[in-house]
Amino acid sequence: MFNDKTAKFLLLAAIVICVGGAFAPNWIVNQFMFGFSRALAILGLMVLWRTGLVSFGHAFYFGLGAYAVAILDSEFGVSDVFLRLLAGAVVAGFAGFLIGFIMRNYRDIFFAMLNTAISMVLFGIVVKTESLGSTDGFAISMSTILGFAPETKYPMFVIIMLVGLTAALLVNFYLKTTFGKLTTAIRDNEIRVEYLGFSVAHAIHLKYTISTILAGGAGALMAMSLGQVDPESMINWTVSGELVFVTILAGPGNVIAPFIGSLVFEILRTYAFELAPQAWQLIMGATFLTIIFFLPGGIWSLIEKLGGKKNER
Amino acid sequence: MNNKFIRGAVGFAAVSAITLSGGMAFAKDAISIAVPSFLTGGAAGPFGIPAMNGAKMVADAINAGKLPAPYNTKGFGGASATIIPLDEGGGATKQVAEYRNLVEKRNVDAIVGYISSGNCQALAPVAEELKQFTIFATCGTPRIFEEAARKYVFRTMGHATADNVAAAMYVKEKYPNLKGYTGINQNYAWGQDSWRDFDLTLKQIMPGSSPSDKTQFPKIFAGQYGSEISAMSLDKAELIHTSFWGGDLEAFIFQGNARGLFKKKIGVFTVGGTAAYRLGKKLPNGLVLGARGPYGILVRDRDSALNQWFVSTYKNLYGTYPSGPAYQYGQAILATKIAYDKAGSDASNEQLADALRGITFESFSTTVAMNLGNGHQAATENGYGITEYDSENGENVVKDVKFYPASCVLPPEGQNSVDWIKGGMKGAKC
Repeated sequence: MFNDKTAKFLLLAAIVICVGGAFAPNWIVNQFMFGFSRALAILGLMVLWRTGLVSFGHAFYFGLGAYAVAILDSEFGVSDVFLRLLAGAVVAGFAGFLIGFIMRNYRDIFFAMLNTAISMVLFGIVVKTESLGSTDGFAISMSTILGFAPETKYPMFVIIMLVGLTAALLVNFYLKTTFGKLTTAIRDNEIRVEYLGFSVAHAIHLKYTISTILAGGAGALMAMSLGQVDPESMINWTVSGELVFVTILAGPGNVIAPFIGSLVFEILRTYAFELAPQAWQLIMGATFLTIIFFLPGGIWSLIEKLGGKKNER
Repeated sequence: MNNKFIRGAVGFAAVSAITLSGGMAFAKDAISIAVPSFLTGGAAGPFGIPAMNGAKMVADAINAGKLPAPYNTKGFGGASATIIPLDEGGGATKQVAEYRNLVEKRNVDAIVGYISSGNCQALAPVAEELKQFTIFATCGTPRIFEEAARKYVFRTMGHATADNVAAAMYVKEKYPNLKGYTGINQNYAWGQDSWRDFDLTLKQIMPGSSPSDKTQFPKIFAGQYGSEISAMSLDKAELIHTSFWGGDLEAFIFQGNARGLFKKKIGVFTVGGTAAYRLGKKLPNGLVLGARGPYGILVRDRDSALNQWFVSTYKNLYGTYPSGPAYQYGQAILATKIAYDKAGSDASNEQLADALRGITFESFSTTVAMNLGNGHQAATENGYGITEYDSENGENVVKDVKFYPASCVLPPEGQNSVDWIKGGMKGAKC
């Protein structure tokens, strides 16, 4: 599990970032927290994308994770960061497992739009329900860590880094197993995979569930780092679109890519907001087009080129 | 691996260097005021842009020392202010992230703005956590100061309870024989709160009238109201209350007009003021129109020097008369000047908050008393009028304008709005 280049790089990078975070100004710590929280969901979408599936509805699971944290906080007063994270991932993963029975039968645009439809149902319910905070959402209390309440953001930052690292290592490991290697095989030719003796439906169901667990975890971490949830920024279809945007920006080449892509997205948006408050979406859109035209493999393909070597898949 | 790692490290350092260079602090003979409002999306046209225009116009005049007396001193405590516009779109959570950037990365001195109640609700605790002097300009929800005591957050206009209590009082005065009323409000916090306040107040002051059992709550930004208009046309209730705003408001007016809805029913529009200048002849006659306080079309003819300056300067600069949001943002910027003048341009966030807490000041169109929410929430009068198209001048006007004092339409200090209305609005001085 730890003896390939990607794993070694991940470990090293995690150490560097954790140490660096102790000295970085607050806003940079924030950017990393938001960026790496979202990166978990991107990691899941990347697994789906490698299988040839794009979901335009993963904000459903992202939102479930976030709202699980919010409801645990407002109804039961649970503030422990690990309990909250677990709840977000489990709730989203369980929903994903159930919905997966339907989703595994669909491909292409049908898969994408069916996911959107389901996410918009949740959006509609939350917006109309006053006890779920309606459009205003909830504020979430600061997370505690095993009973102790941190004074600064740094402990939370380290936890997000560690969760990200663990998830990246696990997905990296998974992609190297036989079942994991089925991802690209399914994309290339489903019938052949069936003839090899594997069930495509089962494989897709598993990957779908993995992606929903990751999206739920991402939503939970995002809710905790921001201290606020609302349907517009957590469940709406625009959030699903944003997740797909970052997935394409990052590229499917490696499990490191989602983290870099997500961070770049966060910084890009901050500066677009700052430089062009009336036209920041234009900057985001132009970047997106540039990536599609010139870097169809995402930022990761650029890194591969700079590295001068073809990365092992 | 080594080669790659070094390249990676260089790249990381470069990104950090670029991002750091953006975060330099401002000097104190010049202050920076971040002004968030809707600059993109459906709320930009009717709300965000006029609001930003109002804020810029007032800030420029203050920098140049050109406001009428008593505000004709130059600058904010002598310092000249740079306005940093910011988009409020994208949801409350995104705004929390951007708010943190404003404080921790861009080091702004004051944050003045926000239209959406959801955003204000989400940002109030963040502002307190970061100890950042913040003035909410337009957002309406009463909960901000009713749920918790605030130290650094202010709001310089009345909250939504005043809009709906005043609407109910105006209805009682104008239509004393009203039997039934219904409402169409967006199905989210703002619409639900607005309807609740209006409904509860009418139940108190007009026990002879009763609400329809078919009040409409379409989805926010639905844009199509065909079935709701049919239902309300058939309803026996004679009056329709709505807190629609922005694009939804205009869509509802167009569609209702085409079906003759406003010929059959009395329309009460609590946020209708923004449509008065934008729709021209398409605005029906005889609507009960509010502007969320003494702003926009309701106060165009008030002849104080401050108001005359505001109206004529705005008309010269932007070609239209100022609507409510322009006034509200201008008022918040003016409050910022007053706080800086009192505390000095190098004042800390605590000193600025102390300077603004509990004061009463003369604004462009009205007197603002910061006497609710421990001196953090403003109380102003609130009023309504009835629309009429003036064909001679080709513009909309309002007649029968009536204002109710703040003490009549807002709960006394320390009381929750809903409880106050339910309890019979004790202590109201009308």
